[in-house]
Amino acid sequence: MKKRMLKTFSIGGIHPKENKLTSSKKIRRLPTPKLVNVPIAQHIGIPAEIIVERKDKVIIGQIIAKSGGFVSSNIHSPVAGTVTKLDKIIDSSGYKTQCIVIRTDAKNPANFEEIEYPLKSEISLTPKEILTHINDAGIVGLGGATFPSHVKLAIKEGVKIDHLIINGIECEPYLTADHRLMLEKYEEIIVGIEILLFALNIDKAIIGIENNKKDAIKVLNKAAQNHPKIQVAALKVKYPQGSEKQLISALLNREVPKNGLPLDVGVIVHNVGTIFAIYEAIQHNKPLIERVVTVTGKNIKNASNFWVKIGTPIKDLIAEVGGLPEGTRKLVNGGPMMGKAIKNTEVPVTKGTSGILVISEEDASRGKAENCIRCGECVFVCPMGLEPHLLMNLAEKGFYEKAGYEDIMTCIECGSCSYVCPSHRPLLDYIRFGKSIIKKLSTSKN
Amino acid sequence: MTGSVLHSVLLLVSLGGIAAIVLYFVSKKFYVYEDPLIAEIDEILPGANCAGCGSPGCKSFAEKLVTTEDISDLFCPVGGNDVMKLVAETLGKEVAEKDPTVAVLLCQGSCEVRPKTTEYQGPRTCAISALVYGGETDCQYGCLGDGDCVKVCDFDAMYMDETTGLPVIITDKCTSCEACVKACPRDILEMRPKQKRDLKIFVGCLNEDKAGIAKKACAVACIGCSKCDDICPKDAIIMTDNLAYIDPLLCTLCRKCVPVCPTNSIIETNFPPPKEKKVVDKKKTEKKKVDKKTPIVEPVNEKTDA
Repeated sequence: MKKRMLKTFSIGGIHPKENKLTSSKKIRRLPTPKLVNVPIAQHIGIPAEIIVERKDKVIIGQIIAKSGGFVSSNIHSPVAGTVTKLDKIIDSSGYKTQCIVIRTDAKNPANFEEIEYPLKSEISLTPKEILTHINDAGIVGLGGATFPSHVKLAIKEGVKIDHLIINGIECEPYLTADHRLMLEKYEEIIVGIEILLFALNIDKAIIGIENNKKDAIKVLNKAAQNHPKIQVAALKVKYPQGSEKQLISALLNREVPKNGLPLDVGVIVHNVGTIFAIYEAIQHNKPLIERVVTVTGKNIKNASNFWVKIGTPIKDLIAEVGGLPEGTRKLVNGGPMMGKAIKNTEVPVTKGTSGILVISEEDASRGKAENCIRCGECVFVCPMGLEPHLLMNLAEKGFYEKAGYEDIMTCIECGSCSYVCPSHRPLLDYIRFGKSIIKKLSTSKN
Repeated sequence: MTGSVLHSVLLLVSLGGIAAIVLYFVSKKFYVYEDPLIAEIDEILPGANCAGCGSPGCKSFAEKLVTTEDISDLFCPVGGNDVMKLVAETLGKEVAEKDPTVAVLLCQGSCEVRPKTTEYQGPRTCAISALVYGGETDCQYGCLGDGDCVKVCDFDAMYMDETTGLPVIITDKCTSCEACVKACPRDILEMRPKQKRDLKIFVGCLNEDKAGIAKKACAVACIGCSKCDDICPKDAIIMTDNLAYIDPLLCTLCRKCVPVCPTNSIIETNFPPPKEKKVVDKKKTEKKKVDKKTPIVEPVNEKTDA
């Protein structure tokens, strides 16, 4: 029998070593932390506005910071306890951000009971109610970009959407949070998709899963059998397929225009984690106060996946997997490709934290940057069809306007160019820098 | 033989002649009038092309000076008042007079007093460091130490001190073009008036954190204790966000704030060595000596007096 070629996106891409060490580890619930630091800027857009004060008593799921505008999101208390202070704490960006510090009430049983909701598949709300519920529950894209979900779902009249794409790719090495979620909560995810299809009046949904998660594909295929609108597609393993634009290209062969949105080609993309959060928000009225986090690393003995309350300091996660092993050099918030190194273990878990990666001495160091040898590898692997070597030079020498003409702003910062560069050139560092300058220039012009 | 030589010579001469005539008419046709004043002003300007005035170079600044009517808000920081006076005389316009300024570094966080808590291996420029992380130390306000300011200085007025990891400004060479101020992503370089003999007093810190956090990150951080504010006779010290700032226009350089600072974060430059202090110290030590010797005698004296 001839083997069918699996679909994938058309240009560029790499295949780093997968290292999915925790794919067979069931998601455990992390013990409720004694203290949570909840940042008010966990999403893209305007930070939320704090509506609690010091010494206020809060309960689980109570809104503690209200959405500060349209592109913003509510933030709920992950624990029942007392607000001890409103302080600035270093987050994963490396800078101090405003946080709400809540001390967990050790006597309140609500903090420690594990509620397993029964599956509820009937949808009782109207489409409009569903959208306001999603807004109220503070749901943001859990794939890592943390874009507020209600903004994505607020479709203007006249825009026609024909496909809902569910992102179960998880192309980052090491991370298995989405994989485990798909295996354990497949029924809920299917219901979540049905909710969105109903709310948006769409007829087709495709769940995209990379072929290295065969068990998840099997389970979801089985679950989707009685749902004619939902389809599961296995895709070739390639990074960065989890990026919205690449996923649309892989599944539907449509190209999102430059500076455009998936809406322009009639598609909405949501991560499986987001779908599960939407399911819980709609069916069980539970706001987004916890998420799945993979804690992993080559030298970590008890690496696993956890249900973690938002705001839990990362040191609690590290302690749960048996402490930092000797020779640890770097702690990364996210995957090895796009994650950010964090400064200390006090950094809280936010809505965008999909994993904590512990990197040892030998894997942590970057090679010394040499001259560009014009091999063209970066151009070959760029999934956006850019010329990273050129963009880096332009950004380094200060030709920002020219870099803008060379479409530096369409870069998705996947890091494929830096990964393949045989001269270890800091390509992405400079491209990111150039992008930030251009953004600044354009805002100052307006 | 002679014919061919003659031919080629004639051909070249006539070609040259035609070209000369064409060029003459073209230059007449496309002649652009330029005010001779612009060239004159350009001569006066320092010719450093440092862009400190806001124009890309001296020529374009000269153009701006000639074409704009009110030039009172235009100023060449490199040339200073002398050059601007000459410009004013040539153009017959009025110019503003400004006190000469000099760049100062508002950070004393050397490697010794500000321990490194993280390590960064990416490209060593301050702009990228500021973008991707908060710097290698725990202070997110201070110098990043990658020397972007030194790279942009056209006048060799700055260098990186390798032992402290901080840039040093050579005040004599500083032309106050503000290139370093613009290059610094942390805004820790400030233009302060160049007083007589270049005497300056300023708070060498921008840390807005609360005292404990600031002190933990850096031993010489301003902890916002307000002691300097209390002692200042001229109210020249402004306290905002756990941080003191000395207003250079109000400060009379009395130096009262310098010794009271518990973290030594107030910097004084070019002052003569503190003679008074020595005197004070002597008195103190004498007093102490007396105190040590006399405790038994004194009460007796008192009693006899009484």
